Amino acid sequence: MARDIDIREGIDWTTVWLYAALVFFGWLNIYAAVYNPENPIEIVSLSHNAGRQLIFICASFLLILIILFVDYKVYDSFAYIFYGLIILILVGTIFLATEIKGSRSWIKIGTFSLQPAEFSKVFTALALARYLSTQNVNISRFRDAFVAGVMVFLPPVIIILQKETGSALTFAAFVAVFYREGLPGIYPALGIALAILFVFTLFFPKLYIIAAILILCGLFWYFFLKRYERTQQNMFRLIAVFVIASVFVFGTDFFINKVLQPHQQKRIQVLVNPDSDPLGAGWNVTQSRIAISSGGAIGKGYLQGTQTKFDFVPEQSTDFIFCTVGEEWGFLGSLIVILIFAALLNRIINLAEKQRSKFARIYGYCVASILFFHLLVNIGMTIGLMPVIGIPLPFLSYGGSSLWSFTILLFIFLKLDAHRSYKV
Amino acid sequence: MFQDRKQIILSFFFIVCGVYLLRLLYLQVIDDQYQALGSTNAIKKEIQVPLRGQIYDRNGKLLVANVDVYDMYVTPYKVKNIDTTMFCSLFGITRNYFDSTMTVAKTYSRNRASLFLRQLSKEDYARVSDAMVHFPGFTFELSFFRTYPARTMANALGYIGEISKKAYEEQTIEYYRRGDYVGITGLEKQYESELRGTRGVKFTMVNVKAEDKGSYANGEFDTLAVIGKNLYTTVDVEVQQLADSLFQGKTGCAVAIEPKTGEILAMGSYPYYDPNALSGKQFAKNFKELYKNPDKPLNDRVATGFFRPGSTFKLVQALVALQLGAIEPSTAFPLGGAPVKCHSHPGAPNDLHNAVRFSCNPYFYNVFRKTMSLGSETNPFKEAPIMLTKWHEMTAKFGYGQKLGVDLPSESAGLLPSVKYYDKRYGKHQWKFSNIYSLSIGEGEVSINMLKMANLAATIANRGHWITPHLVKGIGQNSQGINASLKEVHQTEIDPIHFESIIGGMQDAVERGTVGGGAGIVEGISICGKTGTSQNKHGKDNSIFIAFAPRENPKIAIAVMVQNAGFGGTYAAPIATLMIEKYLKRKVERLALKERIMNTSIKTVEAMAAKGYEPTVNKPAEPARPVKAPESPKKEAPKSVKVEFITPKENLIAAKSTK
Repeated sequence: MARDIDIREGIDWTTVWLYAALVFFGWLNIYAAVYNPENPIEIVSLSHNAGRQLIFICASFLLILIILFVDYKVYDSFAYIFYGLIILILVGTIFLATEIKGSRSWIKIGTFSLQPAEFSKVFTALALARYLSTQNVNISRFRDAFVAGVMVFLPPVIIILQKETGSALTFAAFVAVFYREGLPGIYPALGIALAILFVFTLFFPKLYIIAAILILCGLFWYFFLKRYERTQQNMFRLIAVFVIASVFVFGTDFFINKVLQPHQQKRIQVLVNPDSDPLGAGWNVTQSRIAISSGGAIGKGYLQGTQTKFDFVPEQSTDFIFCTVGEEWGFLGSLIVILIFAALLNRIINLAEKQRSKFARIYGYCVASILFFHLLVNIGMTIGLMPVIGIPLPFLSYGGSSLWSFTILLFIFLKLDAHRSYKV
Repeated sequence: MFQDRKQIILSFFFIVCGVYLLRLLYLQVIDDQYQALGSTNAIKKEIQVPLRGQIYDRNGKLLVANVDVYDMYVTPYKVKNIDTTMFCSLFGITRNYFDSTMTVAKTYSRNRASLFLRQLSKEDYARVSDAMVHFPGFTFELSFFRTYPARTMANALGYIGEISKKAYEEQTIEYYRRGDYVGITGLEKQYESELRGTRGVKFTMVNVKAEDKGSYANGEFDTLAVIGKNLYTTVDVEVQQLADSLFQGKTGCAVAIEPKTGEILAMGSYPYYDPNALSGKQFAKNFKELYKNPDKPLNDRVATGFFRPGSTFKLVQALVALQLGAIEPSTAFPLGGAPVKCHSHPGAPNDLHNAVRFSCNPYFYNVFRKTMSLGSETNPFKEAPIMLTKWHEMTAKFGYGQKLGVDLPSESAGLLPSVKYYDKRYGKHQWKFSNIYSLSIGEGEVSINMLKMANLAATIANRGHWITPHLVKGIGQNSQGINASLKEVHQTEIDPIHFESIIGGMQDAVERGTVGGGAGIVEGISICGKTGTSQNKHGKDNSIFIAFAPRENPKIAIAVMVQNAGFGGTYAAPIATLMIEKYLKRKVERLALKERIMNTSIKTVEAMAAKGYEPTVNKPAEPARPVKAPESPKKEAPKSVKVEFITPKENLIAAKSTK
């Protein structure tokens, strides 16, 4: 397959530069997070995160070369096989993994550990794109939607068995793909409505919310619906909405207090009120907010952060890397990171829409959705808008598995895009 | 198909990014809760408390200094396997104190240092430092407490203490922390901002385990502590100490002013107590005792308090009457017809000179009566308010009924009754001279403090003007920063010519008048004085004496009051003239008189009422004792404290740092 081709041909350099910027900035911040003014460290060393990340970055470069050399048709043709393999690995991991912090999701290979769950996103995306691009498959049809749903649902179930709830949640990102491919808008809308209702349930007493819904339904009936629309059928629909909403409110309450584990309950509790337990469950939320706030408009300067440096913020080079950005680079740095991400997402979506092949388009949407979901949850939790869920910030967070999986995810799309003039 | 959904998905992405950016804008730019240096937990702000300024007398003798001591701090988590019994006996503390202080420290923080024991002397520190290897977790920090080598002027100097909760909460700019020492009374309070110096700030970094990680940003934001400014007072400590010894066993006060400048030369409020009693570890115990003393040694009797001026007020009456033309120096009045009685003196005074000399009550009753009937109004009820207004205006110029503006935190204004006052009391046009005649001899409604009485002597000495009495004439190296109001010249409306007959009478009063037995005669010094005997509701009259000397070019004006001592000539005058002698001759030659006064005790009514009370801390200083280091009342404190003199030239930065 490796014919005399120039692998640079057709590559979207804008995306590559945005990617490189994020990776480089991420590495700078990982270095800052491990930097100790009393005891300077060597840059290339396996003894600290920044040194290891440098090696991961070099390895990513190799991965990129491999991806670009491989024929673009392979990703389409072998999608199901890849998917099957990763499912097997995920299941195998449960039995083979060594337990780290209560989760059994890491496979040790020599000195390095890999987390197959991270890679499963890539292959699920490929398989989903393959399925949805198959002729006669229509997402608005229940049977097809069900198959696609199972495809997306299977990996997170296994991942939950590995006790990596955070990674499992990221599969929710695929909803955006379904929506783009024709899933009726009511479903994501319903999802968002229920999410809002869920948040309200956390903050306000149940009866107030139900009363508010009742009032909203009444207002809707009298002011929004035209006289001729006030049919008995619509009346029943409205009542059904009210009943479902009420049940959901009670269900949420039940879910939080009875179903969730105590440590998960705490995470939700500290999201509502971080000061309820500032030294315990609220520690991460409080410290990360202090670190980001203390950065001010222009930050304390590179390597000058104190909150992150002296271990006040936990997981500072992985899940809470954004705290280092916020503290040392201030609002300016935060703004730049978020703008780069927004530009990247915009670029991917626009490229996806340009694809002639349905497979490439759907895969492009998968890439954008997964990146976005990580961004949403990761930055959201550091600024206290999301509960603490341990997922990395794409390209910036320390970690081989996450960097490599996001790199593979993105560059397969760039490879497909390089060949967008060919229809699969 | 569904291309339009691209826009919806992208919009959703961008909205989330926008919301996050707004949140970050709020956290990082708008909300500045965590942006001030030291507001976060990684950067600790350490305050470096500088040494407080010292206080000197007018001749450069030290009144207030600092003694280095060590405060002991404990970091609970480092305290392991210590022999508590040995520890307690080493520091002379009880097991109970150890346990309770330790609990408090642990409650505050296991990783941070808490104050465990205040003010260990250098000797104690040296004694225990070898043993400290057995007691991990205990650290020492240099601190200081106030010491008073001259052991005098407790009330005027004031004391320092931990800031009160109220003062802590009311400070507009956050400067003090809880437990900080501030001036509570006296000069310590008045000149707090000069004495305290400038605090240094040091930012250090700590990690999550509260371990020190060095200075923040290489000390770029740190500031050095600057030592407090010294105060150079106007006090002559030798005169002051003489007063202390003369007042042994007596209650009252003495205040002396240099008439030309308004500088206060001595200012004692008695019963005496050693200012060292309110410094250091013994504060609480001693304060309680002083507070319980029925003679209220903590009350400043000079600038605060209310006393009737008594016969000294006759001088003001005469001066006002002379200026208004009601009398002339040669005016004579018959003795009869006055509702006030005479002290025994030979015959009716034939002029003002002799009236002052013998302090003739009926004479001054008539002086005031004449003043009040100067008007053209025939109805006495209508005439009284008109003339009283005029009289009040002139009398107030002497500083009566208002604050003089001395540089002390509290000063009483006293009362000079006005028309409004009597209208309120009797009703408009319901009163006349016969209701207010007691004013003529300084009784009745008028009330003053002793500073005003000394100020009257200074005003007469100056022949008609006075300068705001003050205690401080220099702050810091260049003696700058003195409030201009302290040098203000206040003119009375009395012509200088009117003073001569009064002053002549005052000189005769001392030499062959009301001051009996020649107790006021000092060889070579012409002292002009006036006795006063102010009625005391509770018992024997207060003995009062005001004077200035010498007659020409006066150098000192003085007022002395001895509570419940009776006639002014008996005790107050000898004390005052002895102080004058000391100030002008630098020594006391009338040793027998001095001995006699020193060895006389006069119990106040209050002290007699509180039976069985034996004060222990208010033992006066030795007479004419050279200024040297105090013998500390505390057994832990050094036996002789070597006070480090800090000359103005050395702008030392001696700082104490507390966490």
